[in-house]
Amino acid sequence: MKTYIADIERALYDVRDADKSVYKSDAGLTEEIIRDISERKHDPPWMLEFRLKSLEIYQTIDLPTWGPDISALNMDEIVTYVKPNAAQVSDWSQVPDDIKRTFDRLGIPAAEKKSLAGVGAQYDSEVVYHSVQKQLTDLGVVYTDMETALVEHEDIVREYFMTLVPPKDHKFAALHGAVWSGGSFVYVPAGVDVKIPLQSYFRLNAAGAGQFEHTLIIVEPGAKLHFIEGCSAPRYNVTNLHAGCVELFVKDGARLRYSTIENWSRNMMNLNTKRALVERGGLIEWVSGSFGSQVSMLYPCSVLHGDGARCEFTGVTFAGKGQNLDTGAIVVHAAANTSANINTRTISKGGGCATYRSAVKVTRNAPHAKCSVNCESLMLDDVSRSDTLPVMDIEGDEADIGHEAKIGRISEEALFYLMARGISEDEARAMIVRGFVEPIAKELPLEYAVEMNNLINLELEGQL
Amino acid sequence: MLKIDDLHVRAGDTGILRGLSLNVGRGEIHVILGPNGSGKSTLMNVILGHPKYEITGGTIFFDGEDLTALKTFERARRGIFLSFQNPEEIPGITVENMLRTAKQAITGTKIKILQFHRELLATMSELQIPPEYAARYMNIGFSGGEKKRNEILQLLTLNPKLALLDETDSGLDVDAVEIVSSGVAKFHTAENSCVIITHNAQILKHLPVTHAHVLLNGRIVRSGGSELVAEVSEHGYAPFEVTP
Ligand SMILES: Nc1ncnc2c1ncn2[C@@H]1O[C@H](COP(=O)(O)OP(=O)(O)O)[C@@H](O)[C@H]1O
Ligand SMILES: [Mg+2]
Repeated sequence: MKTYIADIERALYDVRDADKSVYKSDAGLTEEIIRDISERKHDPPWMLEFRLKSLEIYQTIDLPTWGPDISALNMDEIVTYVKPNAAQVSDWSQVPDDIKRTFDRLGIPAAEKKSLAGVGAQYDSEVVYHSVQKQLTDLGVVYTDMETALVEHEDIVREYFMTLVPPKDHKFAALHGAVWSGGSFVYVPAGVDVKIPLQSYFRLNAAGAGQFEHTLIIVEPGAKLHFIEGCSAPRYNVTNLHAGCVELFVKDGARLRYSTIENWSRNMMNLNTKRALVERGGLIEWVSGSFGSQVSMLYPCSVLHGDGARCEFTGVTFAGKGQNLDTGAIVVHAAANTSANINTRTISKGGGCATYRSAVKVTRNAPHAKCSVNCESLMLDDVSRSDTLPVMDIEGDEADIGHEAKIGRISEEALFYLMARGISEDEARAMIVRGFVEPIAKELPLEYAVEMNNLINLELEGQL
Repeated sequence: MLKIDDLHVRAGDTGILRGLSLNVGRGEIHVILGPNGSGKSTLMNVILGHPKYEITGGTIFFDGEDLTALKTFERARRGIFLSFQNPEEIPGITVENMLRTAKQAITGTKIKILQFHRELLATMSELQIPPEYAARYMNIGFSGGEKKRNEILQLLTLNPKLALLDETDSGLDVDAVEIVSSGVAKFHTAENSCVIITHNAQILKHLPVTHAHVLLNGRIVRSGGSELVAEVSEHGYAPFEVTP
């Protein structure tokens, strides 16, 4: 009764445009390269210093010794910086045609038409398209690319940049600090409720190019924001590295929902660092979908720093043939009455390996912390693997910690029930898988939920 | 319509059905009576091709076609429906979504979402299922009685040629049995047929039963008309346990 589910047909997502970039830095990482990048980006002097310091740290830290095998990475072969062939524009009609075609296939203009608040799309390493609706500007909301922010809001960037994820954190954080380029900057002033989601869509294009975009979001006291980031990348032969960094600052009583669907090409090493600092009574909500890539290591971290700070984490991971996706969530309870809810679904297929790795830490300063973790894994065949590795480190008093993990397969009885209603075996399997991730899908805005369902269908269907 | 001849079935090493024969014609309503473990559910599951059971002898034909050559969903598309003794819970799939997908698969035509929604709500109201259940996940958190009414909702929505009802009335209170019974009565016409497994004559009240059978140890030991139902409820199965 076992059905072979063919591998994903990724043609739709694996669009590759001729490499028209005007400038590539030398392969390998040297001080000269860093100085060169910094000069071309017109960094202020402190940023150049920051980069050079990060490079120093990078050269002294070893690769992680735990988690998936990333020995396929050779930094000497990675072109760390690629400048796209377009200056930044704010009008869609000015975007060059081939870049447009790529974006068309990713649905960017459609999203724009739906009057979403702003579109920032990263093409290679630099933002080429960006628009923010006037009403946001009137509210004092800043939504721009990091390079612009560094010029127009230098003091804010300097105050926050890589303070939450310091370069010494790990090797790829150091690398990021040295070569970061592009990304989004959002600043929401106190009390402002941004009613429409802000979204950015970026992808890697040049073969061998690393992408090191930096996202910095600051939501001041009592303010509210939903930020959506989607990524998709075409497939290349050369190992690609993604070492982005996301820093989210959620102040007293503020709320931030940060949603991402990541869909990387199958040769991508996705080593991304995301962290949120949540102050008193604030709320961070993560909605995270991880698809594609060869290896992913992604553990969004919430530091609940103020009394009553909260975290909601909802994640789905799909590992197909040849993929090793190591994902999860980290929560640090560092103040009284902080609470967290972690809810994840992982799927593995065709020999893929999906690991759920979580860490919950309750410090001595966090009495009455509350944390509930629920992770479910679905293995679609006998050759796929799923692991659950929860770590708990509890120092605080009267912590209320719950952990529930389930690893299973598609139930033969459920399949029979659906087929007894006339539904074909393939469709019945797909329905059960979609049902499995439904708790995540329903957290997404409709068009993203549809995209995620399409991705899952592509993963399941292929050509039979 | 359904023609089963000398059927032998086993699960693992255990023989369960041992030479069972049954003929169900168009418009007929058959009742199957039998103690727990006699093989009633096995028979229902085998008709739909459950992978757990192996046919070791005999034949099953439906409208002249050999069912055993068909996959479960193909049998359902030919017009066979089973109301499960223990309906499955399926996370994340709503009642409405599953039924619309099923109806589309069975009829082979695209179904208009709004019209389907209206019809579904009308049927639900007849079965006294609250409208919000359309958006609930299949059988998740349903009471025993709600699961059974949900099976009848599916029967009325999919409108098969042959309805197999496996203890759809078991565990229901008097009012719920009445709802289920009227639901089956509404479904039944001279063009379709029912096979009803029950321990309780009440579900049959509104139904013109044409045949009744006693199933014991994997074989039908006695067949007759509806009078057999009264006989069993009065004397139990002991009188049928004749050792050959
Ligand atoms: N998958 C199975 N494996 C082994 N034995 C089974 C299996 N399914 C049913 N049986 C056995 O077959 C017999 C008949 O079961 P069943 O058809 O469910 O009876 P009924 O519905 O009449 O109560 C029982 O003894 C039961 O234990
Ligand atoms: Mg039974």
